[in-house]
Amino acid sequence: MLATTTTIVLALILVASVLCVVRLVRGGSLADRIVALDSLLIMIVLGLAVQAARTGEDTYLDAMVVAALLGFTGTALVAKFIERRGA
Amino acid sequence: MELVASVLMLAGAVLALIAALGLQRFDDVFARMHAATKPATMGLALILVGTALVVPGPGPVAKLLLVIILQFITAPVGAHLVGRAAFRAGTELDPETVFDDLSTRIRPD
Repeated sequence: MLATTTTIVLALILVASVLCVVRLVRGGSLADRIVALDSLLIMIVLGLAVQAARTGEDTYLDAMVVAALLGFTGTALVAKFIERRGA
Repeated sequence: MELVASVLMLAGAVLALIAALGLQRFDDVFARMHAATKPATMGLALILVGTALVVPGPGPVAKLLLVIILQFITAPVGAHLVGRAAFRAGTELDPETVFDDLSTRIRPD
């Protein structure tokens, strides 16, 4: 039951991640790329959580906490950067 | 318990997919951010609560709750920072935009 659902969920997250990468490459402005990268990191956090549920392994959750923290710091940092430099 | 967790995870994943589609389909940064910030809070909460229902012991549940709370605090702040920076850096709006009250306020010329 859980194995089947987590497979489907991971597949959906994978498709979403690919779409994020497409936006990251195609860009538009620098801000578009930041939004795409932020979404990609969210997808990584989601994937790690699902993988933890799938395997019952605790280690994935530690990585998840770190990824969630780094996501915000990175976004805030680059936002300051484009505010000074321009998109 | 597994059934509820499965339904929550599926809902979260579908939300993530819809947001990624929005990232492709919308026409300017601000519309894309509107789509991208949905899985950052709601999708994440759904999937993490789903995980919390199936992982054993209180330790993992505490980590999951920590991430949910952190994300609910930082996601709006991050989105605000990016939106503000993009607007001030002069990112052009989609030509079909109807209301733009901010331009007249921060750039009166």
